[in-house]
Amino acid sequence: MKGDRVMKFAVLVFPGSNCDIDCYKAVESTIGQPVDYVWQTSTDLSAYDAILVPGGFSYGDYLRCGAIAQFAPVMGALKQAAEDGKYILGICNGFQILTEARLLPGALLRNKALKFRCHSAKLRVVNNETPFTRDYAENELIDIPIAHGEGNYYCDEATLKELQANRQIVFRYEAGNNPNGSVDDIAGICNRAGNVVGMMPHPERAVHELLGSADGKRMFTSILNAWRERSGAAVIGG
Amino acid sequence: MAQQLSAAKEPNAEQIAEQKLYKQMGVTDDEYARICGFLGRKPNYVEIGVFSVMWSEHCSYKNSKPVLRRFPTTGPRVLMGPGEGAGVVDIGDNQAVVFKIESHNHPSAIEPYQGAATGVGGIIRDIFSMGARPVALLNSLRFGRLENDRVRYLFEHVVSGIAGYGNCIGIPTVAGEVMFDESYEGNPLVNAMCVGLIDHDKIQKGVAKGVGNPVFYVGPATGRDGIHGATFASEELTAESEAKRPAVQVGDPFMEKLVMEACLELIDSGIVLGIQDMGAAGLTCSSAEMASKAGNGIELYLDRVPQREEGMTPYEMMLSESQERMLYVIRPEHEAQARAIFDRWGVICAKVGKVTDDGRLKLFHHGELVGDMPVGALVDECPVYNPASQEPAYYRENAAIDTLRYPEAANLTETLRRILASPTVASKEWVYNQYDSMVRTETFVRPGSDAAVVGVPGTRKALAMTTDCNGRYVYLDPAVGGRIAVSEAARNIVCSGALPLAVTDNLNFGSPEKPDIFWQLEQATEGMAEACRALETPVIGGNVSLYNENAKGAIYPTPVVGMVGLVEDVDHITTQGFKAEGDIVLLLGDTKAELGGSELQYVLHGVTEGRPPELDLAVERALQQAVLEAIRGGLVASAHDLSEGGLAVALAESCISGGGIGASVALETELRPDVALFSESQSRILLSARPDKADALQELLAARGVPCRAIGTVGGSELRITVNGKEGVRSDVAQLEKAWKEAIPCYMK
Amino acid sequence: MKAKVYVTIKQNVLDPQGSAVEGALHSLGFEEVGKVRVGKFVELELQTADRGEAEARVKAMCEKLLANTVIEDYRYELE
Repeated sequence: MKGDRVMKFAVLVFPGSNCDIDCYKAVESTIGQPVDYVWQTSTDLSAYDAILVPGGFSYGDYLRCGAIAQFAPVMGALKQAAEDGKYILGICNGFQILTEARLLPGALLRNKALKFRCHSAKLRVVNNETPFTRDYAENELIDIPIAHGEGNYYCDEATLKELQANRQIVFRYEAGNNPNGSVDDIAGICNRAGNVVGMMPHPERAVHELLGSADGKRMFTSILNAWRERSGAAVIGG
Repeated sequence: MAQQLSAAKEPNAEQIAEQKLYKQMGVTDDEYARICGFLGRKPNYVEIGVFSVMWSEHCSYKNSKPVLRRFPTTGPRVLMGPGEGAGVVDIGDNQAVVFKIESHNHPSAIEPYQGAATGVGGIIRDIFSMGARPVALLNSLRFGRLENDRVRYLFEHVVSGIAGYGNCIGIPTVAGEVMFDESYEGNPLVNAMCVGLIDHDKIQKGVAKGVGNPVFYVGPATGRDGIHGATFASEELTAESEAKRPAVQVGDPFMEKLVMEACLELIDSGIVLGIQDMGAAGLTCSSAEMASKAGNGIELYLDRVPQREEGMTPYEMMLSESQERMLYVIRPEHEAQARAIFDRWGVICAKVGKVTDDGRLKLFHHGELVGDMPVGALVDECPVYNPASQEPAYYRENAAIDTLRYPEAANLTETLRRILASPTVASKEWVYNQYDSMVRTETFVRPGSDAAVVGVPGTRKALAMTTDCNGRYVYLDPAVGGRIAVSEAARNIVCSGALPLAVTDNLNFGSPEKPDIFWQLEQATEGMAEACRALETPVIGGNVSLYNENAKGAIYPTPVVGMVGLVEDVDHITTQGFKAEGDIVLLLGDTKAELGGSELQYVLHGVTEGRPPELDLAVERALQQAVLEAIRGGLVASAHDLSEGGLAVALAESCISGGGIGASVALETELRPDVALFSESQSRILLSARPDKADALQELLAARGVPCRAIGTVGGSELRITVNGKEGVRSDVAQLEKAWKEAIPCYMK
Repeated sequence: MKAKVYVTIKQNVLDPQGSAVEGALHSLGFEEVGKVRVGKFVELELQTADRGEAEARVKAMCEKLLANTVIEDYRYELE
């Protein structure tokens, strides 16, 4: 839209990130907003409105998934961005990094069946009032692939109750089709403020019919629309 | 010269000669004499080590060179054929596809996880060392029967090794095949293929150009792992090889990801003169080959090689197969620029040598010359053998076997279910769900179809890719089996909507020193070469894995064909699943009574005998051209190649892949019903078409001389097949799917 | 000085690896095996002779990086 300020996206890159390109392409192809790769040594994310923490095997996922990445220089700036209310989306390894950094509660354990799993998965949109899901209907069933070995979400009882009470559970695996043993079928959660989301499934892999599903596209339009609404710009049609 | 300088525990040149220690390294008396001739003296320990790996089958192809010469290796699209890390084929618009297949059979038999993982790592290096960005992985696997504990252990860990490496490095594993037969017991086959994309002007060669230029080592420090891996791969597996366990290397996919990104960035900067990966025989093979291709020599200063362990000798450094290492040559003035790239990626880079003009590989350790060998002798002067060849008795005996000698299968539905549940035919979801098949978001057709399809970023084009080989056919008649392997791969490519471009082959055979086996190798390669010529798919590179034997004898000859095709427009992408109610089902090609080597024979009677199906290359070519024309013309809804299990299995798979939609099929035939359903006659394809397109499709096929019959319609939730009006198969697709999907998980529980 | 750090999944958190190993041991006839927990073992060489300081530093390493205290317990030995 003419005259509008564009929304600026950052895709963080750690050694071993491998879905960075996919996130970058998804932003370009779904909402056409400017996007930069930001290497983990950067200490300033102030230029960006949204930050994507991509999937992959940061630092080889040695020790624990995301454990080493949480200490990368860029993480200070990411925490600042979270506090500033910027939109942060961690996908797969990005979700693991966000939990290790305590930007999101809980942790990701090895899949119950102990095997890496990659296939389409049906997700239920549990909360469609986050900036990341506003273009979905409540309870909508969407098709987003998974690809992980350690996506078994765990948190203690008290935390789970809090997540439920605060509507922090954003996505659940379709009942009966939990691929990894996650507590309460959790596939994605957000923080209390709702501006930080972490999820194991890959919306960036579902942005075109040729990829088998275009259901992930609306996560990107949601983010853009939420930002535009917040900054008083026109909202694009879904 | 400096024999006395090698570590005290290593034998000296005299001891090597007197005790014939070279024999332990696989060097024959004649070869040893030849080496002495080239050196003008007896080789010391490091020198005989270097010669032994350079003159192993794995590096020299000394037993297979004569048969490899049969393959056509050129064509209008071939930019680079065999000889470099991988072959390169033009796909238009200044872009090219780079691909190669390689085996890691022996390491995987000993330590399946690391053996398979490092196999994947090695083939990826072959692709990015050409300057190409790896975009897809495939693998072709063979195991014994899943009833066997050790086989299940190997299968489970090979698959997780492939997954562990490919998933971490972020290259999708998109296709492959797995077959099970007792012939592979104790000697599994693990062939990994990698496909990459490159711009024409970025293609790299492994050459040590420019006398005086520095030679750099990149990658993790060298340890004692994998010493003698190349000779190990060229020996038969014995009980002692279990004891040689340290010969297996350990892979680090995270490190390879960093090395890959750094090397691609280095290549992109335009300063690389030559680059090669350190694969089999590590530093030895890469340095000697790079020098040889440039007509130069190389000096290496071994104390500068980054070392992981203390007290490594020159011998150990030259023969180590530590993984994820590369060697490259640049001009001295570009050193700082290169170093900055590797520093940013956190990858070790060390100047370990320089290019010389004397045509020799000279090794220095702490300033002293410890090895000095002519590069030409290492690379080109290995004796080439023409092993004896003899038609085996089993081949003659099989000619007399009537494949219809067993009674007719009574219950065709039950027979279909059993064949669908046979691990070779059954769904491989258990395998490929462990592979990240989607990373890079260009996978348009995922595993489980005839061929995978991967998009070419920024274009309407895509690449179709597959691997194929039915070892039973090749065993029963190597020439015919070789023709079938190439033809079936091409048929798979065509069914996905692509034009077959070229082949990379992996020749997995037993010991070439046995005349029976060498005959199989000769015959199979001849058959493959004929098919490659007929289908215009030249061989642009590959790998030879011989000595695949165990206590029970040789494996079935298994020349795996890896093929890549070009989809001109993503609109042409076609899959095997039926699409819609009412679509017409068409069977292309003729069905004959051909049960030799079939799945029916194996599952029902536990034998592999007789002659395999025949294959007429002119018929095959006409079929493939017509189907591709029909697909491009928008006439085809689904296409599926008929292979193991014949028509009945193809129909079931098209129903299952179609989301459980049924089909009703009526066959009119002179054949016995079970033969009509399960014969594995070649050059057949199952198509479906919308009713309004079916006439045009049939006309086109008739005009191209392709036999075609409308045999039924898509619809309902049942697969029903009648034969000459009588009920043959009748089952809910869901039940067939259950048998097909649960078979392998059931074994692996 | 050398520190040996043991990291295990917390008692109340499902340990799928432990369960798998438990099942495998049972099927191999080791019926006396009860619960199995699989963990990590980390060996650290420390450039210090001060035991008290080492103790504090290793504890910090465990809290900060070596264990994720949301799901894991740790203990260590100094020698």
